[in-house]
Amino acid sequence: MRKVTFPHMGESYRTFKMLLNDLGNEVILPPRPSRKTLNMGVQYTPEFACFPLKILMGTYLEAIEKGANILVTSGGVGPCRAGLYADLHKKILHDLGYPIEMIIFEPPRLYPISFIRNVYKLNPGRLSIKAIIGRIKKAWRKLQALDNAEKATHVIRPRELKKGTTTRKYKQVLEWIDSAYNTNDIIEAEAAALEELHKVPQDPNRLVIKVGIVGEIYVLLEPAANLEIEETLGNLGVEVERSIFLTGWTRDNTWKETVEGTTVKDAAKHYLPELIGGHGRDSIGNTILYSKRGFDGVIQLAPFTCIPEIVARTILPAVSRDYNIPVLTFFLDEQTGKAGMNTRLEAFADLMKRKKLKKQDKSKLWLPSGAL
Amino acid sequence: MLRIGIPSALFYYVYYPLWKTYFDELGTQVITSGKTTRKLMDNGVREALADACVPVKVFFGHTMAISDQVDYLFIPRIVCLNKKTVYCPKFLGLPDMIRHGIPGMPPIIDVRVDARERKDSILSAYYQVGKMLGKTSAQIIKALLKAQIKQFKFQRLLCGGLQPLEAIDNIFNGKHNKPPDNQGQLKFAVVGYPYIIHDQYISVAIINKLRKMRINVVTPDNLSPLTVRIQRHASPKRLFWTFSERTLRATRYFAGRNDIDGIIHLSAFGCGPDSIVDRFIQLDNYSSTIPFMSLTVDEHSGEAGVSTRLEAFVDMVKRKRRDIT
Repeated sequence: MRKVTFPHMGESYRTFKMLLNDLGNEVILPPRPSRKTLNMGVQYTPEFACFPLKILMGTYLEAIEKGANILVTSGGVGPCRAGLYADLHKKILHDLGYPIEMIIFEPPRLYPISFIRNVYKLNPGRLSIKAIIGRIKKAWRKLQALDNAEKATHVIRPRELKKGTTTRKYKQVLEWIDSAYNTNDIIEAEAAALEELHKVPQDPNRLVIKVGIVGEIYVLLEPAANLEIEETLGNLGVEVERSIFLTGWTRDNTWKETVEGTTVKDAAKHYLPELIGGHGRDSIGNTILYSKRGFDGVIQLAPFTCIPEIVARTILPAVSRDYNIPVLTFFLDEQTGKAGMNTRLEAFADLMKRKKLKKQDKSKLWLPSGAL
Repeated sequence: MLRIGIPSALFYYVYYPLWKTYFDELGTQVITSGKTTRKLMDNGVREALADACVPVKVFFGHTMAISDQVDYLFIPRIVCLNKKTVYCPKFLGLPDMIRHGIPGMPPIIDVRVDARERKDSILSAYYQVGKMLGKTSAQIIKALLKAQIKQFKFQRLLCGGLQPLEAIDNIFNGKHNKPPDNQGQLKFAVVGYPYIIHDQYISVAIINKLRKMRINVVTPDNLSPLTVRIQRHASPKRLFWTFSERTLRATRYFAGRNDIDGIIHLSAFGCGPDSIVDRFIQLDNYSSTIPFMSLTVDEHSGEAGVSTRLEAFVDMVKRKRRDIT
């Protein structure tokens, strides 16, 4: 029996589950990465491979335990090594004796035939092309709805009156979007979800600082990999804006480059004119854009030994100096502890708040609770 | 006279004869940073990011060592030379890392070389450099021709069994190094990147150590580019990086020969591509009959530790050989 699974990346699994179900596949839901996932992954992967490879390995192994035998994942054309991970995973899994099939999606504009073949493989229901396109459109809409709900929590969480309300509400509304199964329902669920989120009691006077998050896509999108950094920051009274969402990334990488993509490239040009793979250049470009938009700071997230992010990290101090914006970098791996990270985040948030207060010259004024 | 600085790291081991001759012919003075030393390495380690790989840290050190003696630093942005594979992301961002990563650097000649863009892009890159230095077309072409001839000579010496540093010595310092000939002894292949294997400091002089144990050593640099190119590897997807692809193919070639008694994969701590290359070598079982060892070095690698592992490996190979014969 064919049982399909795919990597776990934030809340996006809800979309993929729906899409694969629609096409007539039986889906094994990938588990949310945990300590156990990581331990399993670390055991079978090269030591210096980056964090995403290890987590994915663990995710696949857990999914295989649950009965999955077809893994759907994305490839890549370099020079970031993530493009080779699917092949490496396949080799390691075969070496361990699991007879799994791997379906690897390469960028369709470069490999259109392999793309069509992959879609065909994942279409045991033998739907017509028109029907497939319809299902993909619907899935796309759901992905957008999930991204929008998440964006809303980033704005609301730092302003909530009672800690934890937003997160609780968010978990609830995700289920609404999850259970919507046609386009109209999805749109309705999204509207209802956003409305419900905005109902969270907020403090309009609170001093909120804005932070942009840049870095490598997997650790940005998977809260289990970045130790829920967005939630932590939100609770510290920091509004975050993430530079990468799955919808935006997919648009940039499947057919043609978007306007936003080009802006980032132009911004980074002075510091790093070359595409170095991964999101190295985007990290630099986005940092500059955040500074121009008046953000108070930037946090770079990268897996340990990630080559493009190391290049970016080497250049970022110069950007930080030239554009007067503080940048904090986290290289994440299986050893990263949540407490240590939180301490650093608290210090960083304090620093930015002090800086902002000084700028506004309001340091002598009465501060609303939770400001400092 | 204009002074051009070429740090003795990374591409130095592959293209130095070409670059040196080219700049000499254009009437500039080439300044190199010489061998890696403790001090140089420490400087690089201090200035470069802790998470960077050792060769990049060493490159930082080499650049700093010559930065105040030169008018320009020559750090070309070599993206692609064979229309198929590119270099590791760290090579692609190298000029930017140096420019923005270390304060007070002299201007950098960071001409971009990408063979995928147009047919003559390698030529045009050298032409650009020549024009930057204010030379005429005739001078540039003459210099480039001479440089190419030198590079061929370099390649021939490598194919004859010399290692890059010895070959460079022969060409520019009038030495007459010959490949050591330990007849009837063991022959090992040391695979990996030239800037790791041949940097005496990073690799803890692994080749000399092996030779002292009376073992013949071959490296991927001793193979002609054609031999490497026609070698197939079992991976379904091409590796993206030129040096890694070369290492993988060379390993396959060595594994297929019956006069190689052992293969050592030398890689540097923190090297991104190597995490994949090493596992591919193991999984593809290139060396199922030939003993294989993977050795990782970093800035803290000690003489004794590496020697112990080499000795153990050599003993193991010898014992295996005795059992067979």
